[in-house]
Amino acid sequence: MADEKKYAAYICTGCGIGDRLDPSQMETIATREGKMQSCKQHEMLCSKEGVKMIQDDIDNEGVNHIMIAACSRRAKVEAFHFPTVAMTRANLREGVIWVRPEGDEHQETTQEMADDYIRMACAELRFITPPQPSGQQDLNKHILVVGGGVSGMSAALEAAAAGYPVTIVEKSGQLGGHAAQLHKRVPYRAPYDAPMETGIDALIKSVEENSDIEVLLNSSVAKTSGAPGRFEVEIATESGSSKTESFGAIIQASGFKPYDANQLPEFAYGKTPDVVTNLELEKLAKEAGDGPIKRPSDGKEVKSVAFIQCAGQRSDKEGHLPYCSGFCCTTSIKQALYFKDQNPGCDTTVLFTDLRTPGAPGEDFYRAGQKKEVTFTKGAVSEVTAGGDSLTVKFKDLILDEDTEMTCDLVVLATGQVPNSGPDPYAGMGETEEDLEATAEAEAAAAAGEAAPVEVSVESILNLDYRQGTDLPQLKWGFTDSHFICFPYETRRTGIYAIGPVRRPMDIQQARDDAAGGAMKAIQAAVHAAEGQAVHPRSGDLSFPTFRKEGCTQCKRCTVECPFGAINEDEEGYPVYNESRCRRCGTCMGACPVRVISFENYSVDSVGQQLKNVDIPDEFDEKPRILVLACENDAYPALDQAGMSGVEINPWARVIPVRCLGSVSLSWITDSLNSGFDGIVLMGCRKDDDYQCHFVKGSAMAHERMSKVGDTLESLNLEPERVAVYEVAITDIERAPKLINDMADTVEKVGMSPFKF
Amino acid sequence: MSDLNTAMIEKYRNSFLHEVEANVEEGEWVKMCMQCGVCSGSCPLGNAWEHPPQEIFMMIRAGKRDDVLSSDAMWMCTSCYNCIARCPRGLPITHIMHGLAHYAKRLGLAPKNQPTAKFAQLFWDNLMKKGRVNELKLGLSLYFMNGFGEGIKTALKMKNIGLGMLKTKRMSPAEAFGGHGVKDISGLHKMIKKAQELEDARIGQSAK
Repeated sequence: MADEKKYAAYICTGCGIGDRLDPSQMETIATREGKMQSCKQHEMLCSKEGVKMIQDDIDNEGVNHIMIAACSRRAKVEAFHFPTVAMTRANLREGVIWVRPEGDEHQETTQEMADDYIRMACAELRFITPPQPSGQQDLNKHILVVGGGVSGMSAALEAAAAGYPVTIVEKSGQLGGHAAQLHKRVPYRAPYDAPMETGIDALIKSVEENSDIEVLLNSSVAKTSGAPGRFEVEIATESGSSKTESFGAIIQASGFKPYDANQLPEFAYGKTPDVVTNLELEKLAKEAGDGPIKRPSDGKEVKSVAFIQCAGQRSDKEGHLPYCSGFCCTTSIKQALYFKDQNPGCDTTVLFTDLRTPGAPGEDFYRAGQKKEVTFTKGAVSEVTAGGDSLTVKFKDLILDEDTEMTCDLVVLATGQVPNSGPDPYAGMGETEEDLEATAEAEAAAAAGEAAPVEVSVESILNLDYRQGTDLPQLKWGFTDSHFICFPYETRRTGIYAIGPVRRPMDIQQARDDAAGGAMKAIQAAVHAAEGQAVHPRSGDLSFPTFRKEGCTQCKRCTVECPFGAINEDEEGYPVYNESRCRRCGTCMGACPVRVISFENYSVDSVGQQLKNVDIPDEFDEKPRILVLACENDAYPALDQAGMSGVEINPWARVIPVRCLGSVSLSWITDSLNSGFDGIVLMGCRKDDDYQCHFVKGSAMAHERMSKVGDTLESLNLEPERVAVYEVAITDIERAPKLINDMADTVEKVGMSPFKF
Repeated sequence: MSDLNTAMIEKYRNSFLHEVEANVEEGEWVKMCMQCGVCSGSCPLGNAWEHPPQEIFMMIRAGKRDDVLSSDAMWMCTSCYNCIARCPRGLPITHIMHGLAHYAKRLGLAPKNQPTAKFAQLFWDNLMKKGRVNELKLGLSLYFMNGFGEGIKTALKMKNIGLGMLKTKRMSPAEAFGGHGVKDISGLHKMIKKAQELEDARIGQSAK
């Protein structure tokens, strides 16, 4: 790459841009104000000829910084793919002509909007450079799987099949996990009407026979350091010896612990051996083989059995699980059929409050149970008592609305799954900025030997040598944090993927599906790390944060606030960026009070210069300017779609996409107010427990930071209403433009900013 | 009939569900109910039911034999088929309701003075006379079902409709005297008798 920067602008006049706007005026702005060394127009820039024109300039003229004024940066990304140069895009189509009505009365403001976007794109271009891969790591195809149950073994087989060697670290002395304890499994093939063989032995055999899979039993992970592509993992074996191996990515399949039924004395668990959990029944069934299942107390053949669903689950009581484990209803049907298939005369009653049989086969299997005369009674069980030769189950019949009871030989408690997670790095910590600061201080104090760190009783699984704790962060109830629907296997530690019941309760079939997904993710992480590229959600991004050491005050905000724990600290307290752990959200950049953190193509300046280059009309022109900082993941696409659906956007708005609202620097707010903007609208993603923020905590951080912006406004003698922060979803096609209009109304009410020059 | 009832109780001591499966038309479907309650919510006469269908199915499974068979709930069914159309499990609910009502009547457990049951009997008796329904007589017997005074009152109330039907020849006063019938009425009676014997034998068999 030539050292000298050579700027070129390209204005597309297709898609109606040339008809609605004045291209020659924009060309003048690009060259005069934007200081572009050349500016070309094309009637269809994304066509073969248009792209060739740009590529020729890059190849022959030494152009290395290009500004494309055409459609949204989200459109035509394949056509406008010039990886070797720095590029900015001015959004004239979705951002201007599609959101503004036609007609002479609107022409002036529409053209002003387009002119500003040209100015902004030119200004941004001067402050970015094409990102270069860091080369911090080579391709390491070795995948570590922690846990040798169904999820772990399946993931290992999937990765090995793709040509990625795997090491399985299993805590116990054998593979198979809980699934190996099962007598049979819920059917996974049509016609879904009878329990099927588990197939675990075959699975174990195929793992053991696979030359690409190394199995380490009685082992655990003593220490994990590094980053995707270069994880250094110390594996401790039972004998006390340990070995360190290098891995490209890690899959955590630590599974679940069965719920401790001793917390259910009301169901007589522990008082009589004839009350068993669903896992214990599997053992009885396995012992019985094809013969009748005998009850533990006296070995009598079981003639009647009651299954109590949701035992210790879906309840707010202390010691109970608040959630549904999802597998227990089909498991109880399966177990009822153990009895029915052996002896159709056996009375089997499933006492449920809501029967949930997830998955396509679930309903068929439920029907199969009903056909074989398993009785399903909608009832809430209050008590189980043992007396004489039988057990009495007291329950409230929820259909007939009456208290009643039944007697039986055996009671099976459908107990749930408790995730086998390590200690939550953020346990007992609200994640507001103040809390984080307090934690940082406490940790600093602890490091200095002033106070002992809080004792954690839960055993760590990964023993991460990370700034932000030893294990994967959790969201709720001990399950690892990931967006449940949008990116299920992702965790908040890049290159480490959680699969199986450690991320949500599930059955064998779901765990196997999970394993395939997690293995693909792990492979992707290893490959991307080797290329220096980001993984989800900025997949392929080469840029990564660096900081200006001279300016750094070692405040540790970036290392504490990084949602992915990507940043470590060196001995002096300076941040140490691990490029392949980074998701490139820029939350560190938004956190930095001295603005020393930047990316090659995204920095405090690259955005700050955009807003400074918006032309602010004189106060008496009565043309306010509203700055919109929109998250590129949801809010910006929503605004783009507003254009596609013909929803109007206020002509005073100037929209700047940001990587995440978490990357918004407070200086942008003060700078824009100082330069005469009348209002500021910030649009991020939903931030609560059901968050939609692609960077998990970015939006929440931004909301927290902006809640303090009132002081800034006050010091400038400005009304606090001038800054508004919203949670916007990608579907808010009508709402997002309305929020901008609302700000325009507010500005009309409180008056123009006094800071116009 | 009460002998039959005793026999049935004796035979299905443990499971009313099995009794229903063996003896009630479409009774084998009862176990397939998943208690969603769509039938009860869909029934246009739901408010008039002592126990909506969902509850009846649950009561059968809970072994509440007397409560079910002596209930007048299933007699309220007007065969609108809303429940059948909507049942996600495809249960023939309307048919089960009629089957239950029929079974209860056979056992002598149907509620006394249940209007639907009464009307059904009137219909049957009327039909058996000539092999065809005599609508004029059936209408009159319905009016006088609850005594002479009420019959006169109802008849007066319906007077205009009746005259209108006469005028437009939708009803013939001649029907009051004998009325029309099938050609071979004794043949029909023989068929019905045979069917009755077969049904009695079936239930008798089942009761053993």
